[in-house]
Amino acid sequence: MTVTAAPLTTVFQSGLDAPICLTWELTYACNLSCVHCLSSSGRRDPAELTTDECKRVIDEFERMQVFYVNIGGGEPTVRPDFWELVDYATAHHVGVKFSTNGLRITPEVARRLAGSNYIDVQISLDGATAEVNDAVRGRGSFEMATRAMRNLADAGFAGFKISVVMTRHNVAQLDAFKAVADSFGAQLRITRLRPSGRGADVWDELHPTASQQRVLYDWLVAHGENVLTGDSFFHLAGYGQELPGLNMCGAGRVVCLIDPVGDVYACPFAIHEEFLAGNVRAPGGFAAVWRGSDLFAGLRRPQSGGACASCSAFEACQGGCMAAKFFTGLPLDGPDPECVRGFGEAALATADFARRPSGDHSHRGRPAAARGPVPVTIGPRPDHGTVVRDTVVRDVPDRACDQSPLAGFTP
Amino acid sequence: MPENAAELLDRPAADAAVAEVNEFTELEPVEVVAADLLVEEISIDGMCGVY
Amino acid sequence: MSTSEFDLDAAWRLHPQVSIRPERFGALLYHFGTRRLSFLKNPALLAVVSGLATHPSARAACADAGIGAAELPAYTRALATLAESQMICGRTAS
Repeated sequence: MTVTAAPLTTVFQSGLDAPICLTWELTYACNLSCVHCLSSSGRRDPAELTTDECKRVIDEFERMQVFYVNIGGGEPTVRPDFWELVDYATAHHVGVKFSTNGLRITPEVARRLAGSNYIDVQISLDGATAEVNDAVRGRGSFEMATRAMRNLADAGFAGFKISVVMTRHNVAQLDAFKAVADSFGAQLRITRLRPSGRGADVWDELHPTASQQRVLYDWLVAHGENVLTGDSFFHLAGYGQELPGLNMCGAGRVVCLIDPVGDVYACPFAIHEEFLAGNVRAPGGFAAVWRGSDLFAGLRRPQSGGACASCSAFEACQGGCMAAKFFTGLPLDGPDPECVRGFGEAALATADFARRPSGDHSHRGRPAAARGPVPVTIGPRPDHGTVVRDTVVRDVPDRACDQSPLAGFTP
Repeated sequence: MPENAAELLDRPAADAAVAEVNEFTELEPVEVVAADLLVEEISIDGMCGVY
Repeated sequence: MSTSEFDLDAAWRLHPQVSIRPERFGALLYHFGTRRLSFLKNPALLAVVSGLATHPSARAACADAGIGAAELPAYTRALATLAESQMICGRTAS
């Protein structure tokens, strides 16, 4: 008689009946205009899921036993029903971690959050100093995030997350980021920049250089024991030692994205028709998309590895990130643009033109973040009062954030 | 039945008995996978494709 | 907790903050308190864990799940791992 156990990644690569966790972007509205925003956020979409539709999605998560959902956006807290939805989720056995730039994390909110076991918070920060951070996220954003972190720490919320996107300009701040996290009793999380959303525009100048990538990898191996990565650096496994995590692409297999209008994508870094699996508003809801979409079925079939299959590093790196390849115009069955062996760089030289993201909810007339505050069109939306996809487009004071991203924000 | 029964009969009685016992007590090998493999912990943050 | 420290003859149960999700190849366990996620890698182990609360001992739960003597050490080690990560906890005999 034998006691058998299949390797975990083999099982996961063929997909599960429900995601283990997933990302849910609640709104495209955002008070910031980060230069690398993976969802090209800024302006709310008129067809965003209503409060009731969101609750039906949460009901599905409960039935499917999705353990937790990572809520983001845009800036999810600008939705007037944000807290109602978070409470609804936790009351229905779905854990919540929400990503925020700190906009609404007042001392009172922080105290409320600190008292809940089922809610986790992730503050976005891309520089350990205002100079580095604000160049990417906009003037004042470092201060706003710091205030939120101070409020969380003061409220006794131990272990909230600080999430950093690694760029050419902040790799040198790895130790400083760790110090910032330690000073607030928070846990550091660093993630990979993908050429997704607005990231496509700035990827060439912002993505870490090859030598910086090596620095990053070495740092994680040496100091990364309590540092989270969202497994976003599995492409670095080609250097040798695998970093903690599943070390595989989870898109469509164990994770996926639900966007503000209910579209289901394989991954938040792949918001493009090519990776669109369906919509939760269709019959059968989210479950039907997760279980029955052709796109996901394709991702759950054994992948050949293509041009990478003969490389000795392939077993470890699995060919890298699908989204990174797609948006830099590389073929999906070839090397990652940041392949540690340099094969990606070589491939880029002869790549097709880089692909554009499918949607763009960016604030109109947005400047580069370093040039100052974001100008916003003030006044009612041109489509105010019209009906779009069964939703009346409303432009009322209680959603003044649509007009001014800073409405309601008291420094 | 020992393969070389004839040889065994030639050996001193004590050794032959021990040899026989050893042969017959060898059961079919049981493959037991290292117990670590039965439970594997993964970080809830350790899946690529989440914010 | 090592295998030798795990008490097979004690009564155990799933921690109340743990959610079990059966899967084709075993099960996923998520602890909402510790935020740890474990994968039980075969259905027999799932049967053992599911049966803990209704058996007087872990040993009885294993027996009922069809675990033979030769395999018991492997499953004991697995249970010890789960106890160490607080996925299962002792229960007062009832």
